[in-house]
Parts: sequence; structure tokens; C-alpha cells
Amino acid sequence: MLAPAVLYILLLVAGPFLLAIFYAFSDARIGNTQLHFVGLENFRSILQSPSFRIAVRNSFIFTIGSQIVVIIASSILAIALEQPFRGRGMLRFLMLLPWVAPIALGAIGWKWILDSIYSVISWVLVALHLYKPFGAPMWLGEPHLAIASVLLVHSWRLIPFSTVILLAGRTAIPKDIPEAAAVDGAGFWRTEFLILLPMMMPIISVAVLFGIIFTFTDMTVVYILTAGGPFDSTQVLPSLAFTLGIQGSDLAAGAAISLTLVPLLVIIAYLMLRVAHRAEVT
Amino acid sequence: MAVVETRDLTKVFKEGGLGAVNSVNLETREGEFLVFLGPSGSGKTTLLRMIAGLEAPTSGDILIGGRVVNDLSPRERRIAMVFQSYALYPHLSVYRNIAFPLQAQKVKKELHKEKVEWAAALLGIGALLERKPRELSGGERQRVALARAIVREPAVFLLDEPLSNLDAKLRASAREELERFHRRVGTTTIYVTHDQVEAMAMGDRVLVLNKGVVHQLGTPAEVYDNPADTFVATFLGSPPMNLAELAELIVGFRPEHLRPSSSVTGDAVSFRLKVENIEYLGAEWIVSGTVVGGRLGGKKVFSRLTSAQDLALEGTYDFAVPQRQLKFFDRSTEKRIEPRAVSLQ
Repeated sequence: MLAPAVLYILLLVAGPFLLAIFYAFSDARIGNTQLHFVGLENFRSILQSPSFRIAVRNSFIFTIGSQIVVIIASSILAIALEQPFRGRGMLRFLMLLPWVAPIALGAIGWKWILDSIYSVISWVLVALHLYKPFGAPMWLGEPHLAIASVLLVHSWRLIPFSTVILLAGRTAIPKDIPEAAAVDGAGFWRTEFLILLPMMMPIISVAVLFGIIFTFTDMTVVYILTAGGPFDSTQVLPSLAFTLGIQGSDLAAGAAISLTLVPLLVIIAYLMLRVAHRAEVT
Repeated sequence: MAVVETRDLTKVFKEGGLGAVNSVNLETREGEFLVFLGPSGSGKTTLLRMIAGLEAPTSGDILIGGRVVNDLSPRERRIAMVFQSYALYPHLSVYRNIAFPLQAQKVKKELHKEKVEWAAALLGIGALLERKPRELSGGERQRVALARAIVREPAVFLLDEPLSNLDAKLRASAREELERFHRRVGTTTIYVTHDQVEAMAMGDRVLVLNKGVVHQLGTPAEVYDNPADTFVATFLGSPPMNLAELAELIVGFRPEHLRPSSSVTGDAVSFRLKVENIEYLGAEWIVSGTVVGGRLGGKKVFSRLTSAQDLALEGTYDFAVPQRQLKFFDRSTEKRIEPRAVSLQ
């Protein structure tokens, strides 16, 4: 009964992974049937490349930044959506849409919203006389704004998922606990921060770990919004690997860049298993 | 001035629906132990939660210390509540659990240690202060919950079935501890339970509730010996009071007052009883049977005896109830009415 699972892992996980390791130490190129072992040459070369350093920095900025935005926003949403009110079911459903829609669709939507000419945000700002016509910022065309835009689109996409997890976590806390805190004299903030937040920590860490993986390994948002530009300023590790390895035909460099993701992902996988284990124990 | 008073307090959960609590008027006496007793769904917990400020009344007033507190939040009411689940904060140590109300009510930090230690000593949990709630037994958790309640020196204690999560053996000792605790601190206490034994044992007075309506408020003796209506008569006592319908009346008598004729002296009503079941419970026997002949013929009744060794299954015996132990209820209102002479023959 184990055979299909083993086969699946060997074929689709272990195979490509070993192939990537193999390529990373070679000079494999698309269209070239010759392969030579080149040792650490690919790693030396990418470490010296400014694009790689920017990609590493961006990967961390996007991942950490979006997680901060996501946890704050989804905590607020979870509190708001916990209380019963008319239309709550509908609102919860609408909330989930960014998560269930394909990333590519959402990202294309945002590409229009942030477009240099047709941006609806710019249009509103102009209509409010905050900017002159055609004077609004180029959301995806200026490095800092482009970074902020990508970060916010990542957050937009993850907020529903995180909200659902946090809502489940809040619902799992017995109602007695916040009531006891109210009787004990605690107000809203004290109850939230000293009682509920610590009790939610395990479930919040689940949401954060998932969020990290989804953001850190994602290239769709960057690829569609900015294609890594302007001047590689929004490039992340997966998109750089794709740009160099597939589009630029340098398979070896792409493989080497992909492999640099492994140590961090191993650490996160370990943390996730630990959290899951702790959740089982208690 | 009553510590807690309610005036026509009503709670309706669903608009147009039945009230969970209907027009309850009550006044606690200074320092008393008042028990709300009723079956599940009787509204006793809702009533308590309204006093605590966790539930807003639909109409009526709640007064604490003579002041209407309807619009005050729980924190402003100077009450303490112990929940059925104890609701300890699982991530905080026992010390920080007990100190939480002090912290929340901005008591000076220097006083925390002294107050927490005083409360912990009062409940004998001084050695547990560094533990987390999950490392405590049920009885210890209950004491921590009580310590957390007492530490702020509240005007009223509200206890919501605090013994129901303990096993039977622990419950008896915890009950005794609670009684001693109350005698020591002397704070007015309202205690919710569905367990009549707890209510009888602990209450200075008992408020009997059913379907949101107060049926009787009295001392345990009053409630047991002179039930206001048939609900109270049958809810208290195990087995419950025997009730028999006679024309416009309902006649009731407690199982312990139904005894073999030979052991009943003075004015008594007697009838023949066919014994159908005998249970030996150690200190007592529960005998059940059917009345043979007379106006109660065919009625099933229970008797509680100190000895039933002389009785045999399927045997028919003369039983009697002292005249003054008969209770009378109006058949239509089910309320108790003045005793009168009746013949059961």
C-alpha cells in the first residue's frame, strides 16, 4: 500500500531534487548535450552576482514583511468575523476568494490595478487632486514602490488563509476564558494581548510557517507583476532561478540558485513538524 | 441594604420566544450562601450570568450594593465568578493566574505578592504557585479558581456549578471545603447547582427555579418540608415526594414518612401496599409498591425505611403516613394549600 506514495515521492520529489544537485555542479545548458563537472564554480559565480544578492535580500523582505502584514491584518479580521452579525457567512466567503483564485489570476488583476497608465489607484489619486494627471507614482516602475507593491500583493493573497486559521483558533478557545478575564477586570486589549494571543501562539505559528513557505517559494507574483524588474530590483530566488536557468538557458546556474533555498526550507519544515507534534501532545 | 438584588429580571433570548428567566425578584442577605437550584434549562446559569454582567437582561434591574448595575461591565461590578470549567488561563502559572485580577484592576504591583500569598494560603495551594494549570488535579484547579476569585476581595462571589467537574469522592470533600471557606471569608455567595444534595447541604437559602420561573425561595428545611408547589416537592428528595390526585386536590407525602402501620403512632392515614421492589442501599432501604384498594388504589408509591427486612416481595402490608406529614396542593395551580382532613379509604 506504500508503493504508490514511494513511487510518487521518488518520481516527482527525489528525482528532480537529485537532478538539480547534479546540474548545480555541472555546466549544463539548454540545447547542449555535453556535460562537465565543474565543482563549486556555479556557486562561486552566483555568490558574486549582484542580482543574486538582491534576490536573497528581496526573498527575505517579501517573506518577513508580508508575514508581519498578514498576521496583523488577519488577527483584526478574525476578531471582527468572530462575532455573529448579519451577512457574516457571505463576508467570510468573499474573504476567501483571493485565496481560492489561482495566483496568476489575482496577480494579473493587480498588474492592472498597479499599471503605469491604467492604474485605478492612480486614477483615484488624480481625481482627488493629490497628483496631477499622469503625475501619479509608477507603482511597478520605481524600485521601492515595486518592492512595496509585490509585498502587499503577497499579503493580500495570504490574509484569507491566515484569517481562516486564526478564526478556527479563536473558536477553539473556550468562551469561559475571555469571560473570566472580563470578570477579572480585564478590558479588550488586556484580554487580547495577555490571554488570547498567548493561547493562540501555536496556531499563529502554523499560519506563519505556511505563509513563509508560500511566499518564499513563490515566483508567480513577482514574475507577473514586474518580471523581476525594474533592474532586477524585485527579483526573488525562485524567479531568478527561472530567469537564468530556463529563460537564460543556464540550467546549472538556475539549479545552483534553487539549491540555496534548501537550507531555509529544511529549517522551516523541521519547525512545522515540531509545532505539529506539540499540537498532538497537548 | 441587600448585596445583590434583582427586580423583575427577565431574559428572552429569541424575540417572541419563551423567557429563559422570567421576572425574577430576589434579595440576598449580607454574608449568606444562596443557592440557585434547578434542572438544566431552568435559567439558573442565565440568572447568574446576568448578575455577573456577562449577559444583558431583556428587562428588569440588577442592583449590587443598592446601585443599579445593568449598564456596568463585569469589571465595574466588584464581583468574582468561578466558572464550571474553572476557566484558568492555561499559559499562566498559578501565581500569575491569581494575580491576574489584581493586575487587571491596577492594584499596586508591590501588593500583588502579599495578596496572592494570602489567597493561596487560605486555600492551601501555597506550594503550587509555580505550576501551570495543566499540572494540577481537578481539586487543585478548583482551589486556584477560588483563590483567583477571593484575591480581589469582591462584594459577591458567584459560583457556577464548581463541583460538577469533580469525581464523586472528591466532590464531598470539596463541598465541605467550600462551606468552610465561606464561613471563613463571610462574603455573600451565590451558588448555582442542579444537585439538590449540594443545595441542601450548603445553602443558607435555596432558590428553586424551573423554566425561568422562581418556584420557591427559602431555607433548605422550608423548601424540603413545606414545598411551595408540586415541582419543588418532586424536584427535592430522592426518591421524590409521593403525589396522588384526589378530586380537586393533590396529596403528597415524603417516602420517609410512609412506613409500616405498626411503627406509626398518633393520627395517621393508612392503606394496604403490595410490595413490588426492595432496594438495599446500606443505611436505608427503598421499597416501592402499589396501593391496594381505597382512593389511592393502583397508585405507585415509594417508601424509605431504615429496615425492610420484615417485608417480602409481592407481599401485601399495612402502611401509614402520619396525618401531619401530608401535604396538600391545589390540582389546577399545583400550589400548596392548607392541610385538611381526607380519607384515603
